[in-house]
Amino acid sequence: MWRSCLQLWDWGPRLLKWPLGGPICSVVPGPIPQLRARAYAPPKERKRFYQNVSITQGEGGFEINLDHRKLKTPQAKLFTVPSEALATAVAMEWDSQQDTIKFYTMHLTTLCNTSLDNPTQRNKDQLIQAAMKFLDTDTICYRVEEPETLVELQKNEWDPIIEWAEKRYGMEIGASTSIMGPSIPAKTYETLASHLASYNMWALQGIEFVVAQLKSLVLTLGLMDLRLTVEQAVLLSRLEEEYQVQKWGNIEWAHDYELQELQARAAAGTLFVHLCSESTTVKHKLLRE
Amino acid sequence: MTALGSPARTLRGLLRELRHLSAATGRPYRDTAAYRYLMKAFRAHQVTSEKLCRAQHELHFQAATYLCLLRSVREHMALHQEFHGKGERSVEESAGLVGLQLPRQPGGKGCEP
Repeated sequence: MWRSCLQLWDWGPRLLKWPLGGPICSVVPGPIPQLRARAYAPPKERKRFYQNVSITQGEGGFEINLDHRKLKTPQAKLFTVPSEALATAVAMEWDSQQDTIKFYTMHLTTLCNTSLDNPTQRNKDQLIQAAMKFLDTDTICYRVEEPETLVELQKNEWDPIIEWAEKRYGMEIGASTSIMGPSIPAKTYETLASHLASYNMWALQGIEFVVAQLKSLVLTLGLMDLRLTVEQAVLLSRLEEEYQVQKWGNIEWAHDYELQELQARAAAGTLFVHLCSESTTVKHKLLRE
Repeated sequence: MTALGSPARTLRGLLRELRHLSAATGRPYRDTAAYRYLMKAFRAHQVTSEKLCRAQHELHFQAATYLCLLRSVREHMALHQEFHGKGERSVEESAGLVGLQLPRQPGGKGCEP
C-alpha cells in the first residue's frame, strides 16, 4: 500500500520502465540459483528522482514541488495542505530522503494523503464513531489483578490521567479489572462525541490515527489538550510491556523497534492534529503580526 | 500542562535532527525551509511578554512533538536497517542473533568443502 503513496505527472512512463525482472521472477517457482533469491526480500524502493523540494502557496493552501513537478496524492489529486508549518514539515520529509524514498518513514505525508483522498470514504460522524469505539476498550481503563507490583504501577500511573480527563470534561470513566471493561455511562459518550465534533475533518483523521496507535482515547485527549507529551503518552500506552521488559530484559529488534515506531506515529498524528485544527492557525497569525 | 523543559533545549535538539536530515542532500541545514521556519517561530515565541501564555506553551509543545517525531523516525530507521531492512536472514545469521552457532562436523553436514 505504501508504495502508491505518491503520484506524479509522469507516473505512467516510469511504470513502464520499471524493471521487468520483478514480475517474471515471481512466476518461477523456487529460488533462482544465480541470484540466490530469498523467500522474502524487502520491497523495492523508488529512487530519489528529484533534487530540490520547495513550497508554494496556491489557492487551496500550501503545495509541495519536487523540482518542477507538483506533488500529488495516490488518487492523483493535487497535494495541498492548510498550514505552512505542515507544508514545511512535509517538504522536510521529502527532502531528507537519501537515495531511495522510504515511505514508511513519511508519516506526515501519509496522513495528509489520507485526509486529501479519504480512501475509506468516511464522513465526520463515522470518523468520530471510529475514535469513540476505542473508549469501550481503552487501554488505561483495563487493570490487572496480579502481580501486585504491576497493579500498583497501573494505579499510580494511569489513575491521575483518568482523574484529569474526568475533571476536564465533566464526565465519568472509571477503571475495571473485569474482562467486560468499565461500565461507562451514556452521558460520557455524548460529551466526548460533541467534543470531538468541534474538530475539523483533517484533525479528526489525525485523532483517529493517534487513538488507533495508542489504543486509548483518554491518552489521545491528553495529547490534544497538552496534558501529556508524546513520550509520556507512549510510555503509558505500553506500561505493561515496559514492566515486562524491566523484569525479563529488553530485546532491541522487538521492543525498541516497536517503541520508536509507535513514538514516531503518535508524534506525527499529534503534530498533524495541532497544525490542522483551526485554533492553532489563528494563534500563528496573531503571533506573526 | 506538561513540563517540557527549556525551549532552548528543544531548539538545540531540533537543529541536531535537522543536521542529520540534511546529510541526505549534502546542503547545509541552514538552507532548509524548515530551519528558517523554526528560527522564525522560536524568535516570535521568545518576544512574547506573557509569563504563562497559552499560545507560547502550545508552540513549544508542537516543537517538542516535532523533535520527538524526527528523533523517533531516525532511530526507527536505524533499527529497521539493522534488523529488518535486508529481507530474510540466513540460518547462520538467525542463530547468531541469539548468540548461537551452527554445529560444524568434520566431513559431515556442516563441513566446508
